[in-house]
Amino acid sequence: MNAILTLCLLIGALLPFSVAHAATGEATVQSGSPMLLELTKTKLSKMPAVVEKLEAEGGDAYLPLFRTWLAGNLYYVKSNRSLVEKMGSGKQVTFQAMFSGDPMPDLKKKQVKKVKVNNKLRGKLRSVIARIQLTSEDSSVREAAVRELLAKLDKNVIGILEGLHVKEQNLDVKAMIATALSLYAASDKSNSQSVRLSAIEDLSDSLENDVRNGLTKLTNDSNKAVAAAADEALVSINQRVERYALVDQLFFGLSLGSVLLLASIGLAITFGVMGVINMAHGEMIMLGAYTTYVVQLMMPNHIDYSIWVAIPAAFLVSGLMGVLIERLVICRLHGRPLETLLATFGISLILQQLVRTIFSPLNRQVSTPTWMSGSLEINPVLSLTLNRLYILAFALLVFMALVLLLKKSSLGLNVRAVSQNRNMAKAMGVKTEWVDAMTFGLGSGIAGIAGVALSQLTNVGPNLGQSYIIDSFMVVVFGGVGNLMGTLVAAFTLGIANKFLEPTTGAVLAAILVLVFIILFIQKRPKGLFPQKGRAAE
Amino acid sequence: MIKLLNWFSAGRTSGKYTLPFVVILLSITVLASAANLLLPQDSALYVSTYSITLLGKYLCYAMLALAVDIIWGYCGILSLGHGAFFALGGYAMGMYLMRQIGDRGVYGNPLLPDFMVFLDWKELPWFWLGMDQFWFAMVMAVLVPGLLAFVFGWLAFRSRVTGVYLSIMTQALTYALLLAFFRNEMGFGGNNGLTDFKEILGFDLQADTTRVSLFLITAILLAVILMLSQRILSSRLGKVTLAVRDSEARTRFIGYRTECYKVWLFVYSAVIAGVAGALYVPQVGIINPGEFSPINSIEIVIWVAVGGRGTLIGAIIGALLVNYAKTRFTAIMPDGWLFALGALFVLVTLYLPKGLMGLYGQLTSKRLTKGEQEAAS
Amino acid sequence: MSTLDQSLQGLRDTFRRDQVWPFLAPEQAQVDVGNQMILYVEGLNLSFDGFKALNNLNLYVGDGELRCLIGANGAGKTTLMDVITGKTQCDSGTVYFGQNHNLLTKDEADIAQLGIGRKFQKPTVFEEQTVFDNLELSLKTDKRVLPTLFSRLSPSEIDRIDEVLAIIGLRKQRFMKAGALSHGQKQWLEIGMLLVSDPRLLLIDEPVAGMTAQETERTAELLTSLAGERTVIVVEHDMEFVRSIARTVTVLHQGSVLAEGTMDQIQNNKDVIEVYLGEEQDDEGNLAGVMA
Repeated sequence: MNAILTLCLLIGALLPFSVAHAATGEATVQSGSPMLLELTKTKLSKMPAVVEKLEAEGGDAYLPLFRTWLAGNLYYVKSNRSLVEKMGSGKQVTFQAMFSGDPMPDLKKKQVKKVKVNNKLRGKLRSVIARIQLTSEDSSVREAAVRELLAKLDKNVIGILEGLHVKEQNLDVKAMIATALSLYAASDKSNSQSVRLSAIEDLSDSLENDVRNGLTKLTNDSNKAVAAAADEALVSINQRVERYALVDQLFFGLSLGSVLLLASIGLAITFGVMGVINMAHGEMIMLGAYTTYVVQLMMPNHIDYSIWVAIPAAFLVSGLMGVLIERLVICRLHGRPLETLLATFGISLILQQLVRTIFSPLNRQVSTPTWMSGSLEINPVLSLTLNRLYILAFALLVFMALVLLLKKSSLGLNVRAVSQNRNMAKAMGVKTEWVDAMTFGLGSGIAGIAGVALSQLTNVGPNLGQSYIIDSFMVVVFGGVGNLMGTLVAAFTLGIANKFLEPTTGAVLAAILVLVFIILFIQKRPKGLFPQKGRAAE
Repeated sequence: MIKLLNWFSAGRTSGKYTLPFVVILLSITVLASAANLLLPQDSALYVSTYSITLLGKYLCYAMLALAVDIIWGYCGILSLGHGAFFALGGYAMGMYLMRQIGDRGVYGNPLLPDFMVFLDWKELPWFWLGMDQFWFAMVMAVLVPGLLAFVFGWLAFRSRVTGVYLSIMTQALTYALLLAFFRNEMGFGGNNGLTDFKEILGFDLQADTTRVSLFLITAILLAVILMLSQRILSSRLGKVTLAVRDSEARTRFIGYRTECYKVWLFVYSAVIAGVAGALYVPQVGIINPGEFSPINSIEIVIWVAVGGRGTLIGAIIGALLVNYAKTRFTAIMPDGWLFALGALFVLVTLYLPKGLMGLYGQLTSKRLTKGEQEAAS
Repeated sequence: MSTLDQSLQGLRDTFRRDQVWPFLAPEQAQVDVGNQMILYVEGLNLSFDGFKALNNLNLYVGDGELRCLIGANGAGKTTLMDVITGKTQCDSGTVYFGQNHNLLTKDEADIAQLGIGRKFQKPTVFEEQTVFDNLELSLKTDKRVLPTLFSRLSPSEIDRIDEVLAIIGLRKQRFMKAGALSHGQKQWLEIGMLLVSDPRLLLIDEPVAGMTAQETERTAELLTSLAGERTVIVVEHDMEFVRSIARTVTVLHQGSVLAEGTMDQIQNNKDVIEVYLGEEQDDEGNLAGVMA
């Protein structure tokens, strides 16, 4: 629980930074430099020399050029030998001037020629780009550049890095450079054994992939002591990697748990509080997801904000649908739970088919706002995807809001009164019909919100809800009907259990095992993890 | 044996429509079969083999509906997982038919069915052994659903899981099986299931005579099961069953172990479903994991609800009507069927809680009371 | 050596011809009422969410006795019946039927088959079935699945049902659905269902609620005629009725026995007066109002 809160705080703190780092140094470059002309003439085998000269000449300013080249998008116009960048792919190819970025709509494919690139050159380009970035203003760019270099350390690079290590102010970058230096020192056979051993010692707490590769190479070293030390370091690194893999699994478990929680708290209200089993609950989730889709269609230029519109919109759409269903069907089937089950199943069929008719049976893609995409990189082996983190936080938020609503508001009081003793509540002047409709609307509305969250994780299709309905029922039953806290615990327990089973059993078998477990669990404790006790429960 | 016959003939009056219904059912099937086999194709009364197969399929569904009605209508257990027992019976038959293909499959392997060759399996999994024997496969078609029902029922009823909980558990059961049978590793043909059957007991499955025979066998078995069930339900056991449905606690306080009654009735019902599945597969020619999907199971329930639960004939009529409507409907407007089915669920539960049989009962009793009033005046 | 001897002895014991194996021996169905007592309830405790429904309750009922249980709402009368019939599990204590049947280890069906019948506060009969069927189901017969499937009514059983139908006055309604009976008739049918099962001990919860004065009188007659041969425990709020039938009355208060004795003793019992005055003062002001 605490860990989750910390994570939420972390996300909040990181939000402003997560916006993609855009502009790097963009100096004006004379597009007519003779060196650039060389590019279009030189043979492929002589090209590396040209690259080095270009680096010496322009440095930072040629970074876009190198990048475009590396990506294989660098072309030159046959007639005037000016460099252009290819944009787009397939049939919709356009060109723009390399440095100014001016579009050149008239340029045809036939009029240009590609500046060739091969693997050797790509390696060269990569290290050149890395070297240029090493002097970048942005510390994260520098760190990434050092990491890039880990795999191809040589004397020159080490020279540069040693110089940088002294000047570097940023601790992360400094540590990364130190790692690079140690890695080189460890693998350099001209060093004395003690230097190499201490270097390996320094490496043993690094999680970088390239360090692991380097150490693996060293385990075959002719020097026995070095090989043994490398082996030992690898073992300790692997242990840490495994530990982080566990954390990763836990995160995915929590993420699945949060999805289950969102999907099932609505059900916990309608089933737990009202005793009404709503087979159309999954379709309420689906409606929420489609609402998100429609909202995004209506505001294509403001995808980043669309989610703030979609959440209330989905709540309203699903909630109103819930109220409608309650008033038209469920209230007439009071006290006949099995019939209610059948009728709501019919409604779920109708809603699914309705969506199929309106939106087509195909899945729809809902785009993720930029601030939700990307991931939070804790270290090289552990990165948490932001959208899952947000949904986790969001699920907890919704849960807490709901608990507060039921505990503190007058609606909550009425709902609890009706759920405990309907006739008495009626006699006390509670409008039970109104409370029923509102409760059902609330449960359905929350399902709608769950749909918004789900639309960020999976494709939106007519069958979206169906795949969650059984799982949600299991969560509610497992946690104990009528107990929101139980639902919370059950959702996360099942989510984590599922994800921890998956690596050994496969996803499908894991799902089956969890189902079987719940079936057996219900035998032992028919009232769930946290049963309601006493005469009221009879 | 004589004792058994005695018992059978001592049925009480409650099933007074059963015998006429069975007579009508059997005469229609015999007439249809005769029309298919004896009349020339261009005759106005000729019944196509396609229709015969379709009717046979409906009868299998009717048997399945009967199974659900026995436990839902009479014992109050709403099973949303009876499709699973049906499919298990179907798979047992499918495995037998698969083994009958022999070396006539695409890969020509005399022992392994095509999909196993495709998956590069070297030998037959243990649970496929013996399935080339018809009797063994049929025993399995009855035993496996029965055993599953016994284990599930024993666990569920003993710990007194009832009502909606039980329904959801049964749905979870069939859902779990759906997931399992989709896996290739299970050894049941995965996604594609079992198909491309050639012959049953040496008879060509495509031949008209085989199809008609299967149809007739289905009808006869349906009639037998209907009469047997009617007899069981009109015995004292049937009264206990109704008592369990209406007040399980009270029944227990009288001294009946209600869980035992429920388990055995559940097993009986599952066995009928298994038989229905085994009859269904050779007529339809395929069995795949789709049969396990929860929506199939819940559809059975609506057949029963439409016909009228608590009356065995009602369940049969409901299954026949709804499936006929489905066939017609999907032919005219394929997209509309789910709307219609959904509406059927809502309308029947709201306005026809006792189904068509209940409606019939209401109408006749109204007429009776009216007649009495007139007579009195 | 000694271990070998032991195991040999064990083997011999296992194959002794004059004894059946314990698990094959028929369970002793006879109720041992050696001490003239049929029900022993000792140290019974049960709490729901902190509320003590039963608090160290002790109760002994003699064979053939007619015992009335009285007490305010929540005194634990119905809960006590629930525990005796196996509907509710108690937290601690013992309940013995005769000297040889520990009721706490048995479930409802077992307890019913031992000969303990129960009538609920709210009449529960099988409404969809006829009066006759209701009684048939309650007959004292083999209640396992297969015997039930193949069972047929013997002439003596039909006689027995007819007899009971006469006693409960529902002869004319025998083929009527039980759901169509009036409230009082349902009460009678439920009593009839108890009678036809020939129980040793009857637990009857509020038998005369909703009955007319005449019906009440007949019920009183019936219950008194039952006592002697059978043991009857009646829970009732109607003090007139209790006075008319009771020989011994037990007063429950807050989950334990407050007083026990004849009606006169109870009415003059200090504790009882205090409790009832304390509770009912606002309404009645005196005990007579409650007890009369």
